[in-house]
Amino acid sequence: MSARSYLVDVAQGRRRIRVFEAGGGRPLVFLHGAGGVTEDSPFLAALARRWRVFAPLLPGYGDSEGAEDLRDMLAVTLHSFDVVDALGLDRPMLVGHSMGGMIAAEMASVAPREVERLGLIAPAGLWLDAHPVPDLFSKLPHELPAFLFHDPEFGERMLTAGADLDDPKFLEAFIIRNARQLAMAGKLLFPIPDRGLAERLYRIRARTMLVWGEGDRVIPPAHGDAFCGGIAGAELIRIPEAGHMVIIEQPEAVVAALARLG
Amino acid sequence: MRFVWFNLMPWPDLPEDFREKYRSVWVDIPSALYDPTRGHEVYNTYLDQLEFAETVGYDGLGVNEHHANAYGLMPSPCLMAAALARRTSRAALVVLGSSIALYDPPIRVAEEFAMLDVISGGRLVAGFPVGTSMDTNYAYGRVPGTLRERYAEAHALIRRAWAEDQPFVFNGRYTKLRYANCWPKPVQKPHPPIFIPGGGSVETYDFCIENNYNYSYLSFFGYLRGRRLMDNYWQRVAELGADDSPYRAGFAQSICVAETDAEAERLYGSHVSYFFNRCLHIYPGFVDAPGYRTVKTIQSEFLNQLTRPNLGAAASLSWGELVERGYIVAGSPETVRQRMEELIKTLRVGNIMCLIHMGDMPPEMTRYSTELFARKVMPHLRGIWKDYEADERFWICPLAERVVPAPIAAEAAR
Repeated sequence: MSARSYLVDVAQGRRRIRVFEAGGGRPLVFLHGAGGVTEDSPFLAALARRWRVFAPLLPGYGDSEGAEDLRDMLAVTLHSFDVVDALGLDRPMLVGHSMGGMIAAEMASVAPREVERLGLIAPAGLWLDAHPVPDLFSKLPHELPAFLFHDPEFGERMLTAGADLDDPKFLEAFIIRNARQLAMAGKLLFPIPDRGLAERLYRIRARTMLVWGEGDRVIPPAHGDAFCGGIAGAELIRIPEAGHMVIIEQPEAVVAALARLG
Repeated sequence: MRFVWFNLMPWPDLPEDFREKYRSVWVDIPSALYDPTRGHEVYNTYLDQLEFAETVGYDGLGVNEHHANAYGLMPSPCLMAAALARRTSRAALVVLGSSIALYDPPIRVAEEFAMLDVISGGRLVAGFPVGTSMDTNYAYGRVPGTLRERYAEAHALIRRAWAEDQPFVFNGRYTKLRYANCWPKPVQKPHPPIFIPGGGSVETYDFCIENNYNYSYLSFFGYLRGRRLMDNYWQRVAELGADDSPYRAGFAQSICVAETDAEAERLYGSHVSYFFNRCLHIYPGFVDAPGYRTVKTIQSEFLNQLTRPNLGAAASLSWGELVERGYIVAGSPETVRQRMEELIKTLRVGNIMCLIHMGDMPPEMTRYSTELFARKVMPHLRGIWKDYEADERFWICPLAERVVPAPIAAEAAR
């Protein structure tokens, strides 16, 4: 299924962002993680077989603009509601991966009556002393595949799309893209991905599904239990043979878990 | 020409297999490697050296700010400058901290610098570095993407705190003060000379030129590699229509002087090697947190270091390679004079931050090299910019009558 790709003015023209849209049915907004999302993502395609998927790129990602005005968690949370409004959607299902899960959980905490169904895939946002999240920001490019994926070789192919991580030209483009994206992500995640969400989780009213790769080395699966314990009625599904990038390694299993939200 | 004797204050006891056993000299180096008893001796030795430098004729004494760093043991450069303020009498105190985006509220820096300027009778050179990514992001937890905005706000607050004669309201994004009120105020008016350590971003050039701040390139990699950056700086000075006084600029250079070139290698070789191969062993993942630099200033030279083969084969440079590449200026007084003259003229700098204590160099050797440079090299370089001698914008203006610390009671009684 091919996606449509277009720019949308958000917040009365304060920001202009890129949105990928695919599929049909009930609307679902997918909020990407710190690595971003591409138009040809197999996960977007899998979601689109069941929902009408909208995947906005956060400013700093792709050609989405306006990152300089988004400095903290509240600004990003409100921006994301502005995106939902700009897309003309009314209480769509919200799904977020990693950083996107953190944003979606914040949205559901800040405005509990605006979010009825919530899918959180390995969300960031909590800190557990016994299960620390490693320092994503100081990782070198060649360390990322084993960090992010259950299967590092598969991960390297996915991250590079076949290019060579030791080719300086590829590396330069990779690092510049990374610098721009993670500059934005760092406002939510650096140096510790905790902006107080734990104190607000109790406000969430949405029916919530948590999905975690069993081999997640970025956000340890114990965080799933902590989220589950903090959100009334939440369900947690663990997916085998998957790391933090469970959406790429096991897209169908993630979609099946989310489908339980209806 | 002005010469600042600069001590980075490295830890001198990093083990021989440091590179193999530890991934970085900075950020996550275990503090188990630090021994406070030895540290007592080390700090006092380094302060002795700085004080010695004044007695042989250096114009300034330089200290800087690093955090979680075994080659830079000055988390608080103001403390070192305070110690120097009482035991020196003439030299400028060149404090190339404070990293103003790290202090909350940043008016603390305005206060501490004012204290130093007053205690020393107007001898403070105030440095406002952004700070490296290792210091600001990794060791001090500042969010990379908002660091420069914080810096700009802190700068505005400090300058205003020094200028205002009444309390004022400061409503910044990061700092909100109902009563911004700097007591004491600096001796030097309108403010102490301000030096900005830079690393090549166009924004910093403009900031220095527009404010008449000194731009100092504190590289460890010598004047041959510094050339391109300083050329870009001077081009920008011309574009903005500013004058080309060399005192607008400074450069840090590692310098080793002995009676002959051969003696320099024999005396200093192992200490220089300690500095370049142990002290500068920095994990590349800490060098540039995403968002620390603007995308346009990310250098491809840096990127190349991140490929796996380059990471594995970190260079262990020989004396000859270090000299040839200009990382160090070393040899007899005549050799050093020639190369320093070339450096000063090609980079067009009026200030040299002389890095003479290298790595684990012992005190007597440090004094030897320090004194040889002062007596046999400096006099020949002094007059290079004599046409600009009247330019006082970028240097200290001390009180004419300065207090001399009284002898302590026991000494006075003897």
